[in-house]
Amino acid sequence: MLVVDRVNMSYRKGGMFSREKQQVLKNISFQYEQGECLGIIGESGCGKSTLGRLLMGIEKPERGTILLKGEDIGRKSARKGRISAVFQDYTSSINPYFTVEQAVMESLNMKTSSRKFNQSKVDHLLQHVGLEPSCRYKYPHELSGGQIQRVCIARAIATESPCILLDEAISSLDGSVQMQVLQLLKKLKENDKLGYIFITHDIKAAAFICDRVMIMRSGQVEEIVNIEHLNNVQSPYARKMLQMIIN
Amino acid sequence: MKRFHYLFKDRLALLSVFIITSTLAAGVFAPWIAPNDPEEVHMELRFASASWEYLLGNDHLGRCVLSRLIYGIRPSVLWVLVTLAISLGIGTIIGFISGYFKGKIDALLMRVCDIALSFPGYVMTLAIIGVLGVGLENILLAFVLMKWAWFARIIRTSVMQYSNAEYIKFSKALGVGSFRIMWKHIVPVSLPDIAVTSSSAFSSMILQLSGFSFLGLGVQAPQAEWGMMLNEARQVMFSRPELMLAPGITTIIFVSAVNFFTDALQVALDPKLMSVTKKKQGKGIYQAANLHGKA
Repeated sequence: MLVVDRVNMSYRKGGMFSREKQQVLKNISFQYEQGECLGIIGESGCGKSTLGRLLMGIEKPERGTILLKGEDIGRKSARKGRISAVFQDYTSSINPYFTVEQAVMESLNMKTSSRKFNQSKVDHLLQHVGLEPSCRYKYPHELSGGQIQRVCIARAIATESPCILLDEAISSLDGSVQMQVLQLLKKLKENDKLGYIFITHDIKAAAFICDRVMIMRSGQVEEIVNIEHLNNVQSPYARKMLQMIIN
Repeated sequence: MKRFHYLFKDRLALLSVFIITSTLAAGVFAPWIAPNDPEEVHMELRFASASWEYLLGNDHLGRCVLSRLIYGIRPSVLWVLVTLAISLGIGTIIGFISGYFKGKIDALLMRVCDIALSFPGYVMTLAIIGVLGVGLENILLAFVLMKWAWFARIIRTSVMQYSNAEYIKFSKALGVGSFRIMWKHIVPVSLPDIAVTSSSAFSSMILQLSGFSFLGLGVQAPQAEWGMMLNEARQVMFSRPELMLAPGITTIIFVSAVNFFTDALQVALDPKLMSVTKKKQGKGIYQAANLHGKA
């Protein structure tokens, strides 16, 4: 469904007239099938989040193509209703001037603009992610981190897009809440046939939810491996990383 | 924009709105409200004290001070408001474009702003008056030319700060159009910033215009203007201080009302700042319910 072909990305270093560039992504290629959960693992600064921004079409790759069902992901019409996202920083993931209802309505309105129909759907969605319907009139600063992340998930599934990109979506939550959100994601995946692209530095979380993981190192794909074969990874870097977790 | 009703729970805000709207209305309907002709000279009534016919007394030419004050709203407030709207409009458009799209267009627009800002404001205004001649419209033109870049700078910073937020990223990922994102997300969030800067600019423009009129470079006699009234009353500052106090106090009251109003607006629009009052109300209900339970 999503085909990433030889993607390169670099950012300009220094001022306006500087020609020096920093290569962030080198020759990245992989495919994502509908309904699967692909984990993207790597250390901080290895280009995970940059890749995430490219996959959402917010930025354009320098070279290479990203096709979503055969269309360039940079085009708005190609993305509409096909990809959605949940982010790391829950303090800024909902507009502070929006109530929960308005935030969820934004993505519902992308599908149909019938207000009444959408408003009735908000309660259903909130229940679906384990929130009380009374939350709908609250502002984000009145909710806890876990609750906001649940609202973000509700907002992401409201678009009914088959693929949701989770960029470090659980990293800013504390242990027990992380687990609750992971379980929610797993449940949604099984019930609603959702697919995720799960960007994280947490191998355990990835092992819990993903079907395949892609290990990244300094802007390159180190290895792509099915989760059941995670124990016998080939590349030395991936081995070392796993070793460190097990110890 | 559903939050405007919160504004009217604040008494000071309500008072400020009342002062501002009644001043604007008095300015617009000056010919019907003013008791006398503001330019009619009565030499026999020079420096007369307050009377029923002339509620605030008469000035050095025997003109009605109250009527002059009311007619003075037009250049001092209404025209300044128009000027503010024009320069704020230009500044907002440029600020949003460069803050949201960033990159080359931002660099280009900001260098233009830098050039505009590198001229010292007062000197530039004096230069424009020197070239185009003395008069209200030339000062206002100078204000527009000098202020837009300043607005653009401030609004750009505010927009830039919010345009990196993750809710903007989310909307972009969904494929929402840029202008819709700006209108739905960034305009409400940056509105308090815009309101506060424009109110302080409004106050300073009123004071500056009064200053230029005081120097004799703005509105020309016999037309009424607050700064010029101050200037005319200067000679009799100690013998007849009320002639100076009338325009002085009016200016202070109006400028303060504008400042209080925008402060209240900022609080009313921001759900985070508002929640304290809301919680207090909630607590009251809760306690009442408790009492009820005991009875």
